[in-house]
Amino acid sequence: MAKVLMKGNEALAEAAIQAGCRHYFGYPITPQNEVTAYMAKRMPEVGGVFLQAESEVSAINMVYGAAGAGARVLITSSSPGISLMQEGISYIAGAEIPCVIANIMRGGPGLGDIQAAQSDYFQATKGGGHGDYKLIVLAPSTIQEMADLVQEAFDIADEYRNPVMILGDGMLGQMMEPVDFDNIKKNESKIEKPWATTGVGSRGHRNIINSLYLDPPVLEQHNYKIFKKYEKAQSKEKRYEMISCEDADVILVAYGTIARVAKNVMEIARREGKKVGLIRPISLWPFPEEPFEKTADKVKAYLTVEMSMGQMVEDVERAVKFKKPVHFYGRPGGMVPEPAAILNEIEKIYGGVK
Amino acid sequence: MKQVIFNEDLCKGCELCKEACPVHIIEMDFSRINIKGYHPATIKPENMEKCISCGFCATMCPDTVITVIK
Amino acid sequence: MAVVFEKTKGLTDTPFHYCPGCTHGIIHRLVAEVMEELNVLDKAIGVAPVGCAVFAYEYFNCDMQEAAHGRAPAVATGIKRVHPDKVVFTYQGDGDLAAIGTAETVHAAARGENITVIFVNNAIYGMTGGQMAPTSLIGQQTLTTPYGRTPENNGYPVKMSEMLSTLQGAAYIERVSVYDVKHVRAAKKAIKNAFMAQIQKKGFSMIEVLSSCPTNWGVSPNEALQWIKTNMEPYYPLGVYKNTLEEVK
Repeated sequence: MAKVLMKGNEALAEAAIQAGCRHYFGYPITPQNEVTAYMAKRMPEVGGVFLQAESEVSAINMVYGAAGAGARVLITSSSPGISLMQEGISYIAGAEIPCVIANIMRGGPGLGDIQAAQSDYFQATKGGGHGDYKLIVLAPSTIQEMADLVQEAFDIADEYRNPVMILGDGMLGQMMEPVDFDNIKKNESKIEKPWATTGVGSRGHRNIINSLYLDPPVLEQHNYKIFKKYEKAQSKEKRYEMISCEDADVILVAYGTIARVAKNVMEIARREGKKVGLIRPISLWPFPEEPFEKTADKVKAYLTVEMSMGQMVEDVERAVKFKKPVHFYGRPGGMVPEPAAILNEIEKIYGGVK
Repeated sequence: MKQVIFNEDLCKGCELCKEACPVHIIEMDFSRINIKGYHPATIKPENMEKCISCGFCATMCPDTVITVIK
Repeated sequence: MAVVFEKTKGLTDTPFHYCPGCTHGIIHRLVAEVMEELNVLDKAIGVAPVGCAVFAYEYFNCDMQEAAHGRAPAVATGIKRVHPDKVVFTYQGDGDLAAIGTAETVHAAARGENITVIFVNNAIYGMTGGQMAPTSLIGQQTLTTPYGRTPENNGYPVKMSEMLSTLQGAAYIERVSVYDVKHVRAAKKAIKNAFMAQIQKKGFSMIEVLSSCPTNWGVSPNEALQWIKTNMEPYYPLGVYKNTLEEVK
């Protein structure tokens, strides 16, 4: 099959189908409505299930049930809808159920607007739901990467028995780029799910999907057990891209849509004779410290650019460990930082750099 | 032989069986307590012959304490 | 020698944690007996609520999932859509089904999801210490209506069986009780009909069981059964509210 020109939201959906997802539960919310429309048409074509739930609260609980019964399940929403799902996500993590959740972020807080934003980074990586748990969070920056990461997300979710989040935004959801579905890297070994509730049948014992452990010592051990998975993820699932960082004075740090703008800015700056590089985290949790460890000695400063009031910048500061200044430039509310403005920030940094 | 078997350690002394028995032969044994601290339901041996094997006691018991054999 | 009554294989060996005389014990047993008699235990998947019956996953002898408060019909929908040939049921109290979970309940019924819902209505929140439920009666004293429920403050009790029976997706809805042997036996028949509606793929089935809470009503277990008959039944009439079964056995 040749490359297909596809909208991000639709590529996300198609990639899930190609990864073997046959159950989708969702609810309309802009800017991810194309996912529900695509799935409504496509699922019956592959003998799968599309169900529009009465709310995101209900939808995430349908995911809990279906994934707990052994299916590969995708659910998508945007910021306010993801807020509604937090209870369900905490239960899914606590009950160790695999699933893939995509947040096509929009401006907030509250009802906000429908344009692209990156103000749910904290919600995705630092909590969101109650209790000690983590989501493995992947942030695509192109439509091809969206498709690639959806496949990886299903494989990672099954391997770790944990929800995985694809953190996209309204711009990625809406833009169209060519996608090659034939060469997406898959985990070929099938992950069995002996723990799923499929009916006792000839299994010989009951399966129970549960996150209630009323005895504190037991709940403590359950938490440690879950966190052993996160330790493993810390050592295996960090992903990032580094461009032109070896000789850089200023390194831009950005993810998702704004990383594309940052890359352009880097190229413009280089043409003007400024040594600018880019670190693009692809896994937001676990957050990749390595590119910062590699560059903190030589670089003069970092400039984190986000479509928010500054959320990932705190993880950048942690990774840099006060070795060098970490600057921030961002715009909230669905506004996209412009190349000229980012260049101006770089100028300001150079202004202070001897 | 008619038997009404009480699995006493499960009994919570709720008296639903006593109320349900049409021949009124179930009593709570106030002379002792079971492992939970309740006075368990029981039928005195001399009253067992009055049992009509209706199973009402077991039907009302919330804790599957009772087995009825005709 | 014949066995007139023995414990069903549909229940595990775990003793119930319920209060003395709590009708959860009877209702669990009826559901378990029905599943054993219909020979569906090996393909049953149940969904436990949040409420006194939160440990239902310890008691029913089949695969179980523990749901968040009110979400059981959504969880059951997810399970049933993955395994349409399995028997999927939920077991919920009045807070779970008629307060926080109202949307999930109504829409599962509206969609005609082929699941069976067991609704244990005792007009109070048991697990959390006796607060008002949507089904608490006018004048009923609870922890959060210490002066008695008034319509001005809290409106009127909700009649779930009547409401859901207006939905086309609802296939079998019956309200029963368990306050004496005759009603326990009728309740079991109703529960069997509800599971039959699922097996016949007719749509959504629900059995509302008027139940007791001796502890939070502040009466003895036998008095509590009488309380159902005297106070609850007049407001919540027993009967079949929807029936699309091919034949009622």
